[in-house]
Amino acid sequence: MRFVSRWLMPAVIALFGTAAQAQQQLIIVTSFPKDLTAVYQRVFEAKNPGVKVEVLNRGTSSAIAYVREAPAANKPDIFWASAPDAFEVLAKENLLQKFPGANPKVPAKIGAYPINDPNGFYYGQALAGYGLMWNTRYMKANKLPNPREWVDLVKPVYFSHVAVSSPSRSGTTHLTVETILQGEGWEKGWQQVLMIAGNCAAITERSFGVPDGVNNGQYGIGLVIDFFGLSARASGFPVEFVYPSVTAIVPANIGLIANAKNAELGKRFIAFTLSEEGQQLLLDPKISRLPVLPATYAKAPAGYPNPFGGKIKPKVNFDSELSQSRYYVVNAMYDQTITFRHRELVAATKAIHEATAQLAGKKNAKAQQLLAEARELAFSPIVSEAKSKDKEFLALFSQTKRDALKTKQLTGLEEYWSSTSRKNYVRAAELANQAAALAK
Amino acid sequence: MKALAARLAPLGAARSAAFTWTQAAVALLIAAFLLVFLVVPVVTVVYVAFADGAGGVTLSHFGSFFSLSLMRESFWNSLYVGVWSVGIATLIAVPLAYFTVRFEFRGAALIQTLGVLPLIMPPFVGAVAMQLIFGRSGAVNLLLNDWFGFTLPIMEGLNGVIFVEALHYFPFILMNLVVALNNIDSSMEESAQNLGASGMRLFRRIVFPLAMPGYVAGAALVFIKVFDDLGTPLVLNQTNMLAPQAYLRITSIGIEDPIGYVASVIMVIASLASLWIATWVMRGKEYATMQRGYSGLARRRLNTGQSALAYAWITLVLLIVLAPHFGILLLSFASVWSFSVLPDAYTLAHYASVFQDSPRMIWNTALYCGIAATLDVVIATAIAYLMLRTKVPGRNVLDFTVTIALAIPGVVLGIGYLRTFKGIELPFTGGELFTSSWIIIAVAYTVRRLPYALRSCVAALQQLHVSLEEAAENLGASKRRTILRVVVPLMAGGMLAGFITSFMTAAVELSTTIMLVSAQNDAPMSYGIYLYMQSAAGRGPGAALGVLAVLLVAVGTYLSYRVLGSRAQDAREVRRLG
Repeated sequence: MRFVSRWLMPAVIALFGTAAQAQQQLIIVTSFPKDLTAVYQRVFEAKNPGVKVEVLNRGTSSAIAYVREAPAANKPDIFWASAPDAFEVLAKENLLQKFPGANPKVPAKIGAYPINDPNGFYYGQALAGYGLMWNTRYMKANKLPNPREWVDLVKPVYFSHVAVSSPSRSGTTHLTVETILQGEGWEKGWQQVLMIAGNCAAITERSFGVPDGVNNGQYGIGLVIDFFGLSARASGFPVEFVYPSVTAIVPANIGLIANAKNAELGKRFIAFTLSEEGQQLLLDPKISRLPVLPATYAKAPAGYPNPFGGKIKPKVNFDSELSQSRYYVVNAMYDQTITFRHRELVAATKAIHEATAQLAGKKNAKAQQLLAEARELAFSPIVSEAKSKDKEFLALFSQTKRDALKTKQLTGLEEYWSSTSRKNYVRAAELANQAAALAK
Repeated sequence: MKALAARLAPLGAARSAAFTWTQAAVALLIAAFLLVFLVVPVVTVVYVAFADGAGGVTLSHFGSFFSLSLMRESFWNSLYVGVWSVGIATLIAVPLAYFTVRFEFRGAALIQTLGVLPLIMPPFVGAVAMQLIFGRSGAVNLLLNDWFGFTLPIMEGLNGVIFVEALHYFPFILMNLVVALNNIDSSMEESAQNLGASGMRLFRRIVFPLAMPGYVAGAALVFIKVFDDLGTPLVLNQTNMLAPQAYLRITSIGIEDPIGYVASVIMVIASLASLWIATWVMRGKEYATMQRGYSGLARRRLNTGQSALAYAWITLVLLIVLAPHFGILLLSFASVWSFSVLPDAYTLAHYASVFQDSPRMIWNTALYCGIAATLDVVIATAIAYLMLRTKVPGRNVLDFTVTIALAIPGVVLGIGYLRTFKGIELPFTGGELFTSSWIIIAVAYTVRRLPYALRSCVAALQQLHVSLEEAAENLGASKRRTILRVVVPLMAGGMLAGFITSFMTAAVELSTTIMLVSAQNDAPMSYGIYLYMQSAAGRGPGAALGVLAVLLVAVGTYLSYRVLGSRAQDAREVRRLG
């Protein structure tokens, strides 16, 4: 043992020590794909010799769990993801640390949405809008017209050609649904969401499931975040992407984790991603994200969407506080009445489409009335707007530890939503069939 | 360990005494391992299902669970899918096993090897390939639509889940059945033939009943695996089943949601119940045969018509079950493949980028899975021996505990590890944390894949008549010698099946891996595939890595046949000559 400590160790240190001492490690937890992180990793390591960047890729929710469960002495340094909600959760649990690191050339707001966190916990690093992506071969084979707006997707012609994910599974889908709800209003928004979902071939479990299915040609049209569409097109897939007018542009963020093991290096990395050089990396075709630095767009290829140039006109000024307040309600409603009841919703939608076609150009008051009733049953939100603002009701969903009574209350509510919507969809299909029979 | 136990045991006393202390020591050692690496981590997470929020214990969450019609529906759906998958898997596996083992059949070894491949379905890539071939705009449906103007909803709804599950898991039945059929005493078959039985009757009344332990072990595994499987229903967007409901609740509502854990607990109960039914079916029957068939004697010949039919059927089955692997192979060479029967163009670029990025991952997968499968076989053999040959109290508890691992969602085990071993340092590494070392991944694989190895080893030992051991002991062999020279060689086929199953399923395990990988250098291939499959440009490299994973497992399988298989062969030769 003496021999080891006295002679061997210094020798080993002499051999490897210089390299080991210079080697600094930066650990990034992210939900971003390798295409993006690998580019930043390479450039940052080249600029900072002796620094090793370690990227840990996880889905947003398990990324949060990972940061939370990591031992205090060994916390990762940086959290980098799309969904602002994830950063809110981390900030609330004191898992992020503030530091002054904003790039002054980045504007304060995009539309009405602040690019950097007003509380200073995290910084907007790229911008993302939501839109429609479609497979051109699929559209041609099925003779479908290209859609322009969300509302196009409720048309009977798109029945079973659309795909969307669930807001409880994917932060980006949550933002999309919330954008529609804020842009159209609660009642009308839900009506639209329900009708689109009725036209969907699938409610996918991962947000990437939607662009993946469109790239494959399994689905014709998908509701996606912009870079999914833009990067797929840049990778050679036969797909197109548009921003509808009811869209919101929100930042994807980066933040320094509290008790980061290597906080100084973390700050340097964040500064790099916000710098001119770091922003320009976003233009890589495989990444295709929108920089937060307006000057960078000058270097973008022709046709690159520019949210600062006024070409994309987002109608919706995204209210993140409103979104935050009803986050769990929207997710639970969507899952109980759409995701888990999708089969019944699709059947009702199909019956309604068929009855509508039968009744077209015919005057049959009774049948029209039955059809209107069917629509009302199938496409009304299960929670009224007034209730969605009720503080007590919302408190039931706040994510605290659940005791037995609360669990009972919540499951009772879920059961009510689930069984009521099922009953409504089945009834709506019956009414629509009756209406169609009357028209014959 | 067993060897040691046996050496210290008084000669021949083990069967007459209740148990020896060394047997008890081995049992305790295994129990401690399971307690530390399975029970405690799982309980630290799952206690939520029983917590009333004020520090007490309650069953109220179970009431809440069953008041949800969605959960009741999910339960029945899972049961429906499980039962039908076993049925279809049986239809696929039984002819493959029967024809290749009991008849003179060219390419039997190749067919059996290919028949195991479906178990290795790399995460995500497998799903994409399945969609590109069987999906609504997949190759099959595009061709059907071109030629006949209709499409088949192969991948839609619960029936789609059954289709994919049966294709994916039938090798469990195939592998165990092949071992069991090989072990049948050929004189039984010959006697039946002498008495005039042939064809279906011979199969139904003699061969199949004698192979029951293998079949039941395989079928129980298929049922449990399908019942608890998460990936397939999610990929096919079927949420109304038990495993997806548990997973969706735990990952989206939050780690503290009791209903998700109630669902997990119910899955555990269902798994144990199906095992209990399997034991019950076999109760009071004797399956062990003393002299086991030297296969060369028993193989029968098919006439030309029969063999043409058999080949046609087997070719068709293999074409269908291997379609996803052809798909992955094509995908790994494809530049763009979208809404077309075949890719637009081919390239080698994906392999180039994989070899540049991730050779380390290939080595890691081989290392972790090799360690896990080896440990699994050692532990499983010990448990099987304790269960079937000793009277150590609580031996069946070991079996049940191991089986629980099947039904624990990988995410739960991963989080359980992170919580239980927080801050624990590894010895001799100068303070490296256990939770951030690669060892934790290998341990997690060991625990998660142990049930597979255990089922195979138990089935193998069940078929082995205890009188062979008694004979050895009567001839003066010590317990240790008996185990090493008689029991282990005769069990080798089952151990091999267990090793291969553990190895290949660990190679594509993802849900725990994602929670436990804490450095890129330590990441296995399944993590690499996951990483690639997050973006459109990563699909090709992801598929290329998937192909390499399949190749790696194939090489592993081949090597383990060489190492363990030759011992089994030796044992058989010795028996024949003796």
